Amino acid sequence: MVQHRTITVDGNEAVASVAHRLSEVIAIYPITPSSTMGELADEWSTMGRRNIWGALPDVIEMQSEGGAVAAAHGAVQAGALATTFTASQGLLLMIPTMYKLAGELAPFCMHVAARTVATHALSIFGDHSDVMACRQTGFAMLASGSPQEAQDLALVAHAATLRSRIPFLHFFDGFRTSHEIRKIEALEDDDLRALVPDDLVKSHRDRALTPDAPTLRGTAQNPDAFFQAREACNLYYDRCAGIVKSEMESLALRTGRRYSLFDYAGAPDAERVIVLMGSGAEVAHETVDWMNARGGKTGVLKVRLYRPFSVADFAKALPASVKSLAVLDRTKEPGAPGEPLRMDVESALRQAKDEGLIAREPRVIGGRYGLSGKEFTPAMVKAVFEELAATRPRRQFTIGIADDVTRLSLPFDREFDIEPPEVNRAVFYGLGSDGTVGANKNSIAIIGEKTSLCAQGYFVYDSKKSGAVTISHLRFGPRDIRSSYLIRSAGFVACHQAFLLEKLDVLESAAPGATFLLNAPWGADEAWESLPLEVQQQVLAKNLRFWIIDAWKVANETGMGSRVNTIMQTCFFAISGVLPRDEAIAAIKESIRETYGKKGEAVVAKNFEAVDRTLANLFEISTKGRAAAGVPRPAAVSPAAPDFVKRVTAALMQGRGDQLPVSAFPPDGTWPTGTARWEKRNVAQEIPVWDPAICLQCNKCVFVCPHAAIRAKVVEPAALKGAPVTMKSVPYKQTEYAGREYVLQVAPEDCTGCVLCVEVCPARDKENPRHKSIDMAPQAPIRDAERANWDFFLKLPEAPREEVRPDPKGTQFLEPLFEFSGACAGCGETPYIKLLTQLFGDRLLIANATGCSSIYGGNLPTTPYTTNRDGRGPAWMNSLFEDNAEFGLGFRLAADARKRLALDLMAPLAGRIGETLAGELAGGASESSEAAIAAQRRRVEALRAKLSGAGDPAALRLLDIADALVRKSVWIVGGDGWAYDIGFGGVDHVFSTGRDVKLLVLDTEVYSNTGGQQSKATPLAASAKFATAGKETPKKDLGLMAMSYGNIYVARIAFGASDRQTVQAFLEAEAYPGPALIIAYSHCIAHGYDMAHGAKQQKLAVDSGIWPLYRYDPRRTAAGEPPLKLDSPPPKVRPDEYLRNEARFRMSEKLDPARYRRLIKAAERAAADRYELYRQLAGVKLPKPPAEEKQQ
Amino acid sequence: MTPDLSTTWLGLKLAHPIMPGASPLVDDLEAVAALQAAGAPAIVMHSLFEEQIIREYEESERNMDAHSDTYVEARSYFPRRDLFPFGPEGYVDHVRRLRKAIDIPLIASLNGASRGSWLDFGRALQDAGANALELNVYDLAADGTETSESIEDRVVQMVESLRRVVKIPFAVKLSPFYTSLVNFARQLEAAGADGLVIFNRFYQPDIDVEALEVAPTLRLSDSTELPLRLRWLAILYPAVKIPIAVTGGVHDPVDAVKSVMCGASAVQVVSALLKHGPQRLGEIVTGFREWLEEHDYKGVAQMKGSMSLLRCPDPKAVERSNYAHLLQTWRQGR
Repeated sequence: MVQHRTITVDGNEAVASVAHRLSEVIAIYPITPSSTMGELADEWSTMGRRNIWGALPDVIEMQSEGGAVAAAHGAVQAGALATTFTASQGLLLMIPTMYKLAGELAPFCMHVAARTVATHALSIFGDHSDVMACRQTGFAMLASGSPQEAQDLALVAHAATLRSRIPFLHFFDGFRTSHEIRKIEALEDDDLRALVPDDLVKSHRDRALTPDAPTLRGTAQNPDAFFQAREACNLYYDRCAGIVKSEMESLALRTGRRYSLFDYAGAPDAERVIVLMGSGAEVAHETVDWMNARGGKTGVLKVRLYRPFSVADFAKALPASVKSLAVLDRTKEPGAPGEPLRMDVESALRQAKDEGLIAREPRVIGGRYGLSGKEFTPAMVKAVFEELAATRPRRQFTIGIADDVTRLSLPFDREFDIEPPEVNRAVFYGLGSDGTVGANKNSIAIIGEKTSLCAQGYFVYDSKKSGAVTISHLRFGPRDIRSSYLIRSAGFVACHQAFLLEKLDVLESAAPGATFLLNAPWGADEAWESLPLEVQQQVLAKNLRFWIIDAWKVANETGMGSRVNTIMQTCFFAISGVLPRDEAIAAIKESIRETYGKKGEAVVAKNFEAVDRTLANLFEISTKGRAAAGVPRPAAVSPAAPDFVKRVTAALMQGRGDQLPVSAFPPDGTWPTGTARWEKRNVAQEIPVWDPAICLQCNKCVFVCPHAAIRAKVVEPAALKGAPVTMKSVPYKQTEYAGREYVLQVAPEDCTGCVLCVEVCPARDKENPRHKSIDMAPQAPIRDAERANWDFFLKLPEAPREEVRPDPKGTQFLEPLFEFSGACAGCGETPYIKLLTQLFGDRLLIANATGCSSIYGGNLPTTPYTTNRDGRGPAWMNSLFEDNAEFGLGFRLAADARKRLALDLMAPLAGRIGETLAGELAGGASESSEAAIAAQRRRVEALRAKLSGAGDPAALRLLDIADALVRKSVWIVGGDGWAYDIGFGGVDHVFSTGRDVKLLVLDTEVYSNTGGQQSKATPLAASAKFATAGKETPKKDLGLMAMSYGNIYVARIAFGASDRQTVQAFLEAEAYPGPALIIAYSHCIAHGYDMAHGAKQQKLAVDSGIWPLYRYDPRRTAAGEPPLKLDSPPPKVRPDEYLRNEARFRMSEKLDPARYRRLIKAAERAAADRYELYRQLAGVKLPKPPAEEKQQ
Repeated sequence: MTPDLSTTWLGLKLAHPIMPGASPLVDDLEAVAALQAAGAPAIVMHSLFEEQIIREYEESERNMDAHSDTYVEARSYFPRRDLFPFGPEGYVDHVRRLRKAIDIPLIASLNGASRGSWLDFGRALQDAGANALELNVYDLAADGTETSESIEDRVVQMVESLRRVVKIPFAVKLSPFYTSLVNFARQLEAAGADGLVIFNRFYQPDIDVEALEVAPTLRLSDSTELPLRLRWLAILYPAVKIPIAVTGGVHDPVDAVKSVMCGASAVQVVSALLKHGPQRLGEIVTGFREWLEEHDYKGVAQMKGSMSLLRCPDPKAVERSNYAHLLQTWRQGR
């Protein structure tokens, strides 16, 4: 056995490190929670880290997981060692190729951070529904339950695939293992070499397809051959289990860590045993130890090699004493007699009994647990054992939820806790933006490296991209930690943002006598009184030690800005007692030097000063003689909220969702819209304040607001009667609404404080140009007044839609039906979506590709799409990432089918309806203009009136479907990852159908949601993940590709450069009687600059020729004009003036200035060439179509 | 007879006094190679700005690092940051690259206005292979609480600090905006400066009257900026022992001749190179040599300081009466 060094890593890194060192080709596609593995592999190759044979692995990002596994397939067959990393939908896309790999006995190992497959909803969290969908492919499947195991078994899998020739799927629980940080013993290159000797690699290479010794694979076989040939692989499967065992033995010889195909832990004479795999097995193990130490006779059987399933090894691993087994599956197969592992176990037991391997078959019950990363705790393990002990246990159950509908769930004791006192447990509440998670990761690294303690860290985020709440769970203990669940009883609870005390039950997890650290802008003398009542009560009831610091003050004084991470980390070490204080402070400083040393002494000194100043500002508040007399926590939602929001949404918002029973939820994934307005998040420190005196009433601030948190109305002066005194208005300046009042209002609790509105405001005070008509001001002092103003504003009448001018200013008097999303502050996508809902929201069906827009558009607890006063609004749905165009086309097909049906039903009733009305209804059913839609709605009302009271089936059927006579607008929305990459095939096909669908591509030029991986929309020279040094190839010209069809309306827009052209493009696309494509420049945090300057950067992109604006309208041909119209002038600033403002380009420059200059020159040339190409195309007039063919 | 053009600047023996001054040209290895081919006797790098170091660090932290670990699906939004030398590392790396690429002296440049620890980067530049440094004091005295004396003290202390940190010679690059430049120059000399470069050119703000915004502009110099420098060269040359270089306004061979005559040990050319390309340097050097030949000068040494206050025929013209005279003729001209 060799001595091994310890490292502190998460599961993804542990696995990727092995895979990278054992591969030559790594083909990937980003998908949560596996993306990190691919990213790390790419980073390592970029940094020159080599595999154990001294070669640099080639990491390639593909257009989809299907592409990734296909590339790996080819690489394997041509003699390379290949791997991939994936999860969930990605894994499903690989399945066809997986059958091929297995059928070809092709050695290949893939690593899966197992994640929920989308059903009634998408979920990024962990369960086994994805890997269980692969159990029939012929892949061997190996399961790990912790970062250490995941590293070790990754090696076993790579070795075993080469030796057995069976491809391997190695999996571990997404997030719970992939993202859990642990101190583990590292595998060194020599360990890898010991298990993967060169002769194994040679045999693989010897089988490579080569023209030097040609063979042929992938034949088509007939009934005479296929069956026998399919059975010819059996011996390889028979040998596989033995090979895995021997690889595990080799690993044990080098590391001392022993694994078996089925690892049993517990009493040798156990009567009750739980069978499961993954991280849940660790929880069961921990609980079994605890129960057995108290006289229990229980055990857990951890399944490692799930496929091929070795019945003999399974039987041998089970104690002979076992009387009953509970098999737990982390997946659901509706309609099956049982979940897969349970079925396998029952079948294996029967076989083992038949073969005399076991004397008697124990009773088997089965349960589902942990779907979508639902917590799995010792309390649940205990409940399962109790069920096993029952006289008549439930054959099928669920554990971890309350199922009050089908009553399948086992009850469990939520208070049950077995964590040993010697484990130090700490929970931290913070915001994503305050650096809490980063600081905690650093603390784990410090403790992991400086002490012999075992360390574990796990981080919970909410789903917002602005003002996201993070909860960090840290454990430190003398022995290995098996607690793969959130901390329920902590000795240290820190709240890094005082306002969270009003939103969440922060002290729920505080153990009696725990230390409570609060960062708040209160002095020590006012700290107690400022706490909410419930917090005071908990502090007293649990006898907590209460410490307070004003970290912002310290940060300000030491030039740290808004990042309080170092300060709060210092507090943690100072009072948690995990390490001796001085030692801990020294370690923090050492880590600061390591992190910031390269950035210069000034930065280091600044951080050091923050550390030193922290201790002087940290105070313990005595609770002696204190009374709980504070202000109670406010209700989560307004009393005016709908019942469902109060019952369900509010619980989800407060982190109490786990306690909701099954009956609280819709069974089919259908949710009400308009819920974001009830979640008052108060994210912004500063919000815009309007000065009507100098306002130009241009509505640019309203246009640009990503969160629809600043709005304008023009109303009759009388409507303002009774307005709150602080509400502002000013006579409207233009003639179209002469005599009315202009009102501009901010939603103070929904604004994210991005400053985009201030940046675009053109109105400066002539005497003091620093002052604009919109300036930022602290939110807290004006919150209450502005809230009242906002509420009054909402009740003011909306602009009559038909009167509104179809220009940028006019559109902003239209009510947005997309508001207060969870998008990033300053998001460059959402202004387009908001505009879409303003223009067509009341008749809009949106098919939304997975990505940022589906997360801020549809991630619980609250969603931004909403309705107007008539109850109409966008109907929104996300199917998948890859199928969105086709999915949206389906909406169109259905809308057209319904319209046809309505017309068919109406024709025979024309007499009763009136020939004129019926004729107009038929004529207006495809009209798309605002006025035509309004007229058609009136006709439908007239139709309803005519047929009201009718009892005949034909009339009733028509009444049912009459709304289908009003044109539905189908928009297919997604990002560049969808349209340029994974969904391109579908996008292209939808174009080819000529159907009336509109595609809106929110082009951030990078995979934004998964963290900045390059797409085919990434521009030349931009640095992105998988294009670290700057992308070598130009951005794909999706618009030009669409134009090549000749009958697609295509527009390229950037609202920051021309809001007028943006509005024109939307209106024209909607009116175009066929497919339309809008490619919308969307600035994004992944570009690396302050989003407040987003609009300015858009303008520079256009002015530099990097992003020319155009509209290609095939209808112009009929008018004798060229279909393409260039909307931006030739480049007038150097591209460098645009590029240098964004870190994505600056990074390329930093990495290799000479290469960057070459790329920049290429980018400049490409921009000039492209402009010239467009310019020439814009001069091309096509012959007018003959009159009879004129359709468009 | 071929004149001896050689000169010594910051202890570095140079083939001739005309060197490319600090400019973005040196960012590009190809341009640097062209400068060397054009006969550059040394390369002066553009400045490592104190503000740039701090700002780049802060911006990268605010717009890149701050997004890490904020959202469940993305561990970060950028490739690994430590691959990219934001802040001073990139500059230091470039010093290393240049040092490898050229065989003439390399003068790196620090730009700042405070005594902060950024001066420590001087050592990093020295270690990376810089043969000498320019300490570029880019300071606009806009702080009403600071006296002119304290401003001068601050610069003197910067020089003292840098002297402690580096062994290689360094020059101080000044603006003309000091009340008693001669006295100040002597203080700098006493504090350890090895040379003076006059004068820095500030980027001048312009006003966008439509947008009501300040619009910083970068205007290249022309020969009209030279006389200010000539005057101060002439005044400073006899006042300090350390050598002086001139920058700003040297565009042709005669500009260089004037500069050397007034006392310059070296002449830096920037705008002319930005306008016409690196080969312009060679043209100026050739013209300079030809001028010396035509006028039968033995070399630079003979010329240097000949028109300084010490030796010029009419010192008063340099000091003051030139001003009165010009004003009068200008009025008459109207």
